[in-house]
Amino acid sequence: MDFLNAIIALSNFALLPAIAYGSQLALGALGVTMIYGILRFSNFAHGDTMAFGTMCVILITWYMQSLGIDFGPLPTALLALPFGILCCIAFLLLVDRAVYRFYRAQKANPVILMIVSMGVMFILHGLVRLILGPGDQRFDDGSRFVMTAREFKQWTGFSEGLAVKTSHGITILTAIAVVAALLWFLNKTRTGKSMRAYSDNEDLALLSGVSPDRVVAITWIIVAALATIAGTLYGLDKSYKPFTYFSLLLPIFASAIVGGLGNPLGVIAGGFVIAFSEIFVTYAWKKVLGYILPEYLKPEGLVQLLSTDYKFAVSFLILLAVLLLRPTGLFGENRS
Amino acid sequence: MSEPFLIGDCMTGGYGRDGPDILRQCTISIDSGEIAVIVGPNGAGKSTALKAMVGMIDLHEGRVWLNGEDITRLPPEERVVRGMGFVPQTNNIFTSMTVEENLEMGAYIRNDDINSTMEQVYELFPVLKQKRRQIAGQLSGGQRQQVAVGRALMTDPKVLMLDEPTAGVSPIVVSELFDRITEIAQTGLPVLMAEQNARESLAIADKGYVLVQGGNAHTGTGKLLLEDEEVRQSFLGG
Repeated sequence: MDFLNAIIALSNFALLPAIAYGSQLALGALGVTMIYGILRFSNFAHGDTMAFGTMCVILITWYMQSLGIDFGPLPTALLALPFGILCCIAFLLLVDRAVYRFYRAQKANPVILMIVSMGVMFILHGLVRLILGPGDQRFDDGSRFVMTAREFKQWTGFSEGLAVKTSHGITILTAIAVVAALLWFLNKTRTGKSMRAYSDNEDLALLSGVSPDRVVAITWIIVAALATIAGTLYGLDKSYKPFTYFSLLLPIFASAIVGGLGNPLGVIAGGFVIAFSEIFVTYAWKKVLGYILPEYLKPEGLVQLLSTDYKFAVSFLILLAVLLLRPTGLFGENRS
Repeated sequence: MSEPFLIGDCMTGGYGRDGPDILRQCTISIDSGEIAVIVGPNGAGKSTALKAMVGMIDLHEGRVWLNGEDITRLPPEERVVRGMGFVPQTNNIFTSMTVEENLEMGAYIRNDDINSTMEQVYELFPVLKQKRRQIAGQLSGGQRQQVAVGRALMTDPKVLMLDEPTAGVSPIVVSELFDRITEIAQTGLPVLMAEQNARESLAIADKGYVLVQGGNAHTGTGKLLLEDEEVRQSFLGG
């Protein structure tokens, strides 16, 4: 009984949040790895692209709410999501045309493109702050829980409760659907294969008649969709604040590098590695250990290895360790 | 006699817009049903001549004609659509994709049924059929070369261009590859290749070009060049 209670407490406070956070990171890191694999640069603007896409979703959500539209127990933001994705796609295609295309035509070095993306990052960041302001925004509605801790306790009779937040449920289901759709697209469709071919060997893809403009445009469309979905899910789960999205860049890049840049499946695993490490290191283990350890070993303190303020240090350390020990990522780079 | 199918006429050019000229007034042509081979010492511009004809480098002077059409200013992807199949010397397969996906990518420009072409490629290179679900990057050098040629054949080209197809493969595989190339040419598809193995390639060639420093030094049927005393002395080692 104590053992089960320990598992329930762990699931409630660490496992479920980590799975949700890992899904959000994985979706973000997939966007980064798509840009890296196909456009061949590290996109520092990705965090702020997520902030921009989410901002579009928030504005549309507020508009829908003002019209009295809601989605029952689910957040209205899910209804606004497709429109937010469209706004983000239009914006990224515009940025590509105005900024990146110029450097692509010159066959600019990836380092130059990376610095250009930092410029785009600052502009996006400023734009979002101008439009929505730097503060916290709330846009979630609908019911907060699929199952509350109290319902769980009454239903099962355990002394520990397991609450399932709506945002966690939505995050996990959406992430599975999006990843499955993306993998299907890349592996089974002609266009998806042409994108993998372009990523694998650009010159040979040209010699096979693949149009680079089309591949680039489709990449931005997919990245916009991934970024908006990841950002909205994160915003629904935690809260929306432009600066938070900027600082998500570190765990996202860490996920992409841990998984091996350019390898979609590895990147998803990388997202979970980072999320679980961050949450498990900053989780206060007192309660769980209290259930499983014998009486005389029960901990006095919180048994929290690191304050949550330092959670980014965890991604940073993992990133450093992977770069030092296995620079191609834990799951190898997807090329020979 | 009508004009040859593909002509690179008085090509002058090199890498980059302002780079030095590697090709100097070089002329290469190939007609239907022929095998033409470009040979010459290292740095003579064999590969450059092929790349110029495919459109991978800009010409400063000269023109390229395909089937009577001036294609000098067309980008490579347009030339592929018009029927030029090109196998580069290196990086000529998609290493992270399966053999079958490599072939499918070759047929990317086509909207018709590709199954019959794929069957023909498998017939020509039976080992590819066995390994069609394998990642192409894991194959041996000779098998990779077969994937590369197969990919180019999948575009259903009107002319096949090979840049040193036998570079880095073992001698047994070289003659095997040349046999396959002869088979391809016998189906009526003109084949133009740049080659290091001058003796063996000239033996199967209808037409040979010996390039020296980016210009035409000798031209003639493969047999004639093999018997030419000067060519033998300078390029074939006696």
